Amino acid sequence: MTDQPASPHFQDTPGPYFGDYGGRWMPESLVAALDEVADTFEKAKADPEFTDEFQRLCRDYTGRPSLLTEVPRFAAEAAGSEDSARIFLKREDLNHTGSHKINNVLGQALLAKRLGKTRLIAETGAGQHGVATATAAALMGMECVVYMGGEDTRRQALNVARMQLLGAEVVPVEHGSATLKDAINEALRDWVATVENTHYVLGTVAGPHPFPEMVRWFHQVIGDEAREQILAATGRLPDAVAACIGGGSNAMGIFHGFLDDPEVELYGFEAGGEGLETGKHASAITLGRSGVLHGARSYLMQDEDGQTIDSHSISAGLDYPSVGPEHAYLNDAGRVNYQPVTDAECMQAFEQLCRTEGIIPAIESAHALAGAARLSREWGSAGSQKVIIVNLSGRGDKDVATAAKWFDLLPAEDESDAPDTGVEA
Amino acid sequence: MSKTAAAIDAAKAQGRTAFIGYLPGGYPDKQTSIDAAIALVNNGADVIEIGVPYSDPVMDGPVIQQATTEVLARGFRVDEVFEIVKAVTEATDAAVLVMTYYNIIDRMGAATFARRLAEAGGAGAITPDLIPDEAADWIAATEEYGLDRVFLSAPTSSPERAAMIASASRGFVYGVSLMGVTGARAEVSQAAAEVVAAAKSAGAERVCVGLGVSTRAHVEEIGSYADGAIVGTALVAALRDGGPEAVATLAAELSGKNLNPRND
Repeated sequence: MTDQPASPHFQDTPGPYFGDYGGRWMPESLVAALDEVADTFEKAKADPEFTDEFQRLCRDYTGRPSLLTEVPRFAAEAAGSEDSARIFLKREDLNHTGSHKINNVLGQALLAKRLGKTRLIAETGAGQHGVATATAAALMGMECVVYMGGEDTRRQALNVARMQLLGAEVVPVEHGSATLKDAINEALRDWVATVENTHYVLGTVAGPHPFPEMVRWFHQVIGDEAREQILAATGRLPDAVAACIGGGSNAMGIFHGFLDDPEVELYGFEAGGEGLETGKHASAITLGRSGVLHGARSYLMQDEDGQTIDSHSISAGLDYPSVGPEHAYLNDAGRVNYQPVTDAECMQAFEQLCRTEGIIPAIESAHALAGAARLSREWGSAGSQKVIIVNLSGRGDKDVATAAKWFDLLPAEDESDAPDTGVEA
Repeated sequence: MSKTAAAIDAAKAQGRTAFIGYLPGGYPDKQTSIDAAIALVNNGADVIEIGVPYSDPVMDGPVIQQATTEVLARGFRVDEVFEIVKAVTEATDAAVLVMTYYNIIDRMGAATFARRLAEAGGAGAITPDLIPDEAADWIAATEEYGLDRVFLSAPTSSPERAAMIASASRGFVYGVSLMGVTGARAEVSQAAAEVVAAAKSAGAERVCVGLGVSTRAHVEEIGSYADGAIVGTALVAALRDGGPEAVATLAAELSGKNLNPRND
């Protein structure tokens, strides 16, 4: 590990190392495959045939560019004042399949074809990345297997059905803590045995090199578009950009467009769960420490022995005990400010956006909305000339059941479906 | 001199293939795991591996995962592994390695982990998710305390990587017999002999083969081209189903000791 001199230049940081983070903490068996992916990616991104095809899919299949929508009623409500910062949403929720995840998946599926692979595997938490991977596999005529924590398959039964409709096999992972991190473990076990014909479509900017750099590259269209759109809409750069952080792919995508504009403050909002003091959270940067998991050195929620601590969040997509290594680097370099947002704060912003703007956000993205609201309140009326872009990374259709439960909107008889209450006689 | 290399060479001097047995530390409890490890040595193991139970064991199949998950669920602490290593090295002459995913070492600090392992009488460690590219801290720590460090070489490792692995390893190179995770298989993969040949031509002095090795026939087959055979899952299943006595019986069979009894 080397100490890099402080530099104002953060865009396009190449792997495998981001300061002290990143690398390849992986079984030797996978190193050849990682080298092959890295080489193929380097060639592909310089090959117009590849980049043209990627851009064509982004336009004709995903529906890019995604809109930039100003939300004045939300901005006023969230700040508790008409005299507050302007808030714009980068509408990744309008992409085909409903989130930013499709950008990375289409890129990696194209790459898998170049690699001569016929089978895609993926992990998924809430199901967004699994659905996106199943979609790309269907589009390109590839076999697809998605690993999903057993708990998550039950909580997200509708997304399991979506993946199955798209032709994917969904494998519930019941061991360990039966959540996203265990789904990644199982996908890695699959990949070790099948690497000859299989590409592992890792869904975030984590994992071993080249995944953090490559996944960022497929998502940087978010930031590139947002920069152009905000300049067109306001004639200037925003004062702040806010995104939610699980593994951190949507955040890297939008931050990328502004990393080298020091006047633009960047904020990453981690899942604070039930509150940091309860231990039930997923705030890896705020409370974690350097460690290695799933192929990368980064901030990691771990106990004194180095065992991974189970994370908690109302949003399955942020329920991960580590974070992409570039975020760890950007935190230490002071370029991005990372803060936790609790379940309660997030659900308040979720409800406010629904009611004031007619947009149901993913609960993941609602963390970024809540963070922007916090900023706006902190700025007060002094912020009335300021502009915030929030990356609305996904739509909330998948979260309606969770939200209905949170806001107590379910009919009373549904209570009997709640598992293991043990109250009934 | 490497303790592990000495144990492998001693087996070779007796005309045997070194038999290396794995058991998860603390499974099913601390004392039983010590008893099982001693039974393993007394029934022919030249080297033993004590696995450190870990929350995210990506190279392990269902049998070992199940065992280590149970150990973690009862509140296992890493300290226990040093106690187990100490108990086994005091009771036997075997070279005792620990098998650990790297974050366990990283959290404690490579130098502290190495010091404590050396103090417990351990021979070194196998690190399945650590490649030499990332191992600067661990190599420095194991050098300081004279410990073995066993890196893995795979069927997909290039000649350049095989050379790097051979030169970074101390004790032996772990030849991964197949592309997959731990678990008993009916046959030893064809790839195993090629992995051993590649590692040897890249400069490895001793290469032992693991993954999918579960019978005496496998051990003998591997002995025809490698310096040692590594058995894990089959022993863990024996411990699960029949305790240390079952480990003793299986170890005697795997080592060939029951064919050629000797007194300890």
